[in-house]
Amino acid sequence: MAERLKVAIVGSGPAGLSAAAHAAKLGMSHVLLERAAHASDTIYKYQKGKFVMATPDILPLRSDLSFRAGRREEILAAWDEGLDFYGTKIRYETDVTKVDKTEDGFSLTVAGGETIEAENVILSIGLQGNINKMRCDGGDLPLVQYQLDDPDEYEAETVVVIGGGDAAIENAVALSKQNTVIIINRRPEFARAKQGNLTLILNAIEKGDIQCYYEANPVRVEPDGIVLDTPDGEATVKCDRIIARLGASPPRRFVEACGVEFPSDDPGVLPEVSPTYESNVPGLYIVGALAGYPLIKQAMNQGFEVVAYINGDDIAPADEPLLVEKFEAMGDVEVDDVLSSIRQTIPVFSELNPLLLRETMLESQVHAVKQGDVIFARNDYSSTFFTIFIGQVGIQISADDPSLVVKLREGEFFGEMGLISGRRRTATVVAVTDCVVFETPRRTMLKLIQSVDTVKRTLDKTSILRQIQTHLTPGVPAEDLEDLVETAEIQNFKAGEAVFNQGDAGNHMHLIRSGSCTVSTRVGGREVVLSYVPSGNYIGEMALLSDMPRSATVRAANNTETICLSGDAFSTVMNNNLAIRDSIEAKFRARLRQNEQMEARPEAGNIIQFLIEQGVGEGTDVLLIDEALCVHCDNCEKACAETHGGLSRLDREAGPSFAAIHVPTSCRHCQHPHCMADCPPDAIHRAPDGEVFIDDSCIGCGNCVGNCPYSVIQLASPPEEKSNLFSWLLFGNGPAPGEQVSYEADLLANPAKNGPAKEKDAVSKKAVKCDMCKDLTGGAACVNACPTGAAARVSPEEFMSLATLNR
Amino acid sequence: MHESLLIYRNMRYLKVAVALVTVTGLLYALHSPVENPNGGTWLGYTLGTLSASIMGWLAWYGVRKRSFGGPSIRMEDWASAHVYLGIALVIVSTFHSGFQFGVNVHTLLYFLMLIVVFSGVAGLYFYMRFPRLLSENRRGLTTDMMLGQIAELDSELSAYAVTLDDATAKAVFNAVHNTEIGGNLLSQLTVDNPNCPTLLARKFVERSDGSHDEATRRKLLTRLSKKEGLLRRIRQDTKLRCLLQLWLYVHVPFTFATLAALVTHVVVVFYYW
Repeated sequence: MAERLKVAIVGSGPAGLSAAAHAAKLGMSHVLLERAAHASDTIYKYQKGKFVMATPDILPLRSDLSFRAGRREEILAAWDEGLDFYGTKIRYETDVTKVDKTEDGFSLTVAGGETIEAENVILSIGLQGNINKMRCDGGDLPLVQYQLDDPDEYEAETVVVIGGGDAAIENAVALSKQNTVIIINRRPEFARAKQGNLTLILNAIEKGDIQCYYEANPVRVEPDGIVLDTPDGEATVKCDRIIARLGASPPRRFVEACGVEFPSDDPGVLPEVSPTYESNVPGLYIVGALAGYPLIKQAMNQGFEVVAYINGDDIAPADEPLLVEKFEAMGDVEVDDVLSSIRQTIPVFSELNPLLLRETMLESQVHAVKQGDVIFARNDYSSTFFTIFIGQVGIQISADDPSLVVKLREGEFFGEMGLISGRRRTATVVAVTDCVVFETPRRTMLKLIQSVDTVKRTLDKTSILRQIQTHLTPGVPAEDLEDLVETAEIQNFKAGEAVFNQGDAGNHMHLIRSGSCTVSTRVGGREVVLSYVPSGNYIGEMALLSDMPRSATVRAANNTETICLSGDAFSTVMNNNLAIRDSIEAKFRARLRQNEQMEARPEAGNIIQFLIEQGVGEGTDVLLIDEALCVHCDNCEKACAETHGGLSRLDREAGPSFAAIHVPTSCRHCQHPHCMADCPPDAIHRAPDGEVFIDDSCIGCGNCVGNCPYSVIQLASPPEEKSNLFSWLLFGNGPAPGEQVSYEADLLANPAKNGPAKEKDAVSKKAVKCDMCKDLTGGAACVNACPTGAAARVSPEEFMSLATLNR
Repeated sequence: MHESLLIYRNMRYLKVAVALVTVTGLLYALHSPVENPNGGTWLGYTLGTLSASIMGWLAWYGVRKRSFGGPSIRMEDWASAHVYLGIALVIVSTFHSGFQFGVNVHTLLYFLMLIVVFSGVAGLYFYMRFPRLLSENRRGLTTDMMLGQIAELDSELSAYAVTLDDATAKAVFNAVHNTEIGGNLLSQLTVDNPNCPTLLARKFVERSDGSHDEATRRKLLTRLSKKEGLLRRIRQDTKLRCLLQLWLYVHVPFTFATLAALVTHVVVVFYYW
């Protein structure tokens, strides 16, 4: 029988290597078992010359091996060197097939039958041994591959890359040098990708090097191409090769055979580990991607730490000081206590693994709020998400009577409606007692919703109830709505998709939770728009009340999420609450009247249709010009330029017109701003009054410029000093108000300032866009400066209301 | 939401102007000075001071229009008040003069002021009427889009022209290269120019039947007519936009002249007191 080792490390990824190096350095008896013929197979299989990043930047590296951002080859060489230096014992081509718990340790069986005895086992096998395959038809055809070793092997091919993660982006960008590349992203944005990759792929898409299908799913693979389900319908893409990078799942069977339990049956779920990375099997530790963290730096830190724990050293995780600082607001507390208490008290975060929770907390803010303080106010425009850690808060459900308060206690959350709908806060929230709340940014929450199923489920369930209570059945207690919530279902509709069609049987109604819809009917063979319905309203009650087929078609004006409610359950609620029944009946009658009037005036419907086509439906505040009043004096542009450093953020003449309504090229301050989706320094924000603006931390990457579907963001150099009005008026000094110093004119006036000045400009450009003059007291300068009343800023629901269109 | 400056804020400034005119009118009617009514009585001085202040305020509009971002009173308030008080000024200052006109610097001021006010009324008419005409004329296209379409037609015409006989080719090339839009004031205000090379070329092609085949002739004619239509629209656009600014070339210089005459008027009045 062989000697018994202190620790056996399975898998030589960054975590395993770092663990083995630390064990060797400590003089601990150890062995590192690797299935492949070289160390760190996952990174070895990265495409040649790949630039490996070292995120997250704020996290310090804690390992005996070195690691910093660089090429794949350099990193692998540095690790090999480190392994030699510490005299690490590593066995290649050793596939561990079984790990058995023995009385005082573990017995590891490797392929070939040999056994290795060890006191402790570190599983650092990662996920890449078990990659996800395409589940659609034809996923096994020869043109599909799941890995790309060397992008330079392929030339002049049409390659479809499937996936929205880092691997897919890197493959697509590398292949695009000498191939035609099409990338298929299931989601509307590249939310999972690292910052650097995000910039790369968006630039490539903008330049046209790579074509991208967003929100597209493979339907089937054919021998010479792939059929996709896209927002615009089914599309067939002919190609020579398909590279699917769909991530990987935990090698569950093997891990379970070791005795490790998984918290649920979800295929993506990861085993739980203690803060010292110990699994439910004492002595069996899990680190790296399998423990929930796929980043190299984090994995290396864990490898180091786990060996230190086994050695009996008491060390804190690497991000500890950052969290200590974060939790300072709560007084003198231990980070671990706080974290475990968060998992116990806050259900929405309960299933985050310790590392994800640490990261979420690092990105969140901790607020200690005094009793009576307002956390956010009704009509504020913010989209962060709040959880209550200590104390109680009250939601003022009525705008008129602040004493009507719904109390939320520890562990509950609020602010999710702003997060979901992208509209103003629907209620004011105040602290009922002194309390501690966590404020998590929208981006972090979106990532959690995408990656952790329980977060989405918990959020959906509570938010459905709250949205029904807020918008549909105010005053009805939660108990009476149980059936309704139980049968409710969240449905997604793409822009232009029908929620239901005229003539359908109507046994459901929908509450719009995000996006907006148009209601239309067929008159004489053509569709006439009757009204525009923004989020927070319900549709489909007419068929329910009248017991007749749908009288109109409802279409999503932009990407829309609705809560679909069962008609039977809702009828029960209505029958038990006469006040609700009356208010729905009143709305029903008002809609009938409105529909009649609109059918008689198809031109008003055409204006709605036109504005929806221009994307006004997803805006919150849109500049509209009445062409019957506009004298083309461009005072709006001049005012914009004059109040924004000499550069107008609005182009009056550009943009379409219909029925004397002109939609100039100017920011609409979208509900879910496209520009905000991919801002590396997180420089785009929404001010409390709803203005979407870019702050000084802009790095000029141009992502937002590319992401804005309405071309209202420009990259511009900082403005030049201007002379005052009278010196222009009397002596002709400088440009006129609202005019720019043109580059040529500047060059003529100042010939010494040529070449280098231009270069400097290119470096210092920043993104600029309309900020609705949030810092000016007089409101938007464009509207303020219009002498004829042609320019007005309006919200779509206001403008597309019948009252306005009837004027 | 969108409100014309004439009806802005329920015509608040029209009401102010009407009130002002009514009060001064009543005072003028009730006032019976020893001599004939003139600028030298207490009422004359009062109305004179009032008129001079209104003039100064009206002229300040030009400065306000060019200062952005500071004051929160909307420009439309200024514009609406500017229009109504400007018209009221004619009546108030007439009462100030006591209908005493002569060949002197005082009456010069009065007539300069009338020129400013009436050019302003013309401008107001243009402002009220032309935007709709502009919008109807453009039918959703911008000037750049129309010019782009013309450029496209021109390149097609040039391509055909090289295959044609010399005389036709010359006419078509003339239409491509020498058609002008805008230019001096007169041509900016002219929509139908009988010497427009495009018009001449179309007429030439229409007359010269038989010299080339029917298909080519039809192609040429459709493109030339299309271009003519676009030219008409652009010239109409140019004309309207020119008029929208032209009145200002009277209104603004005469404003300065009026201000100069006002200063002279005041100095002279006090010098000969």
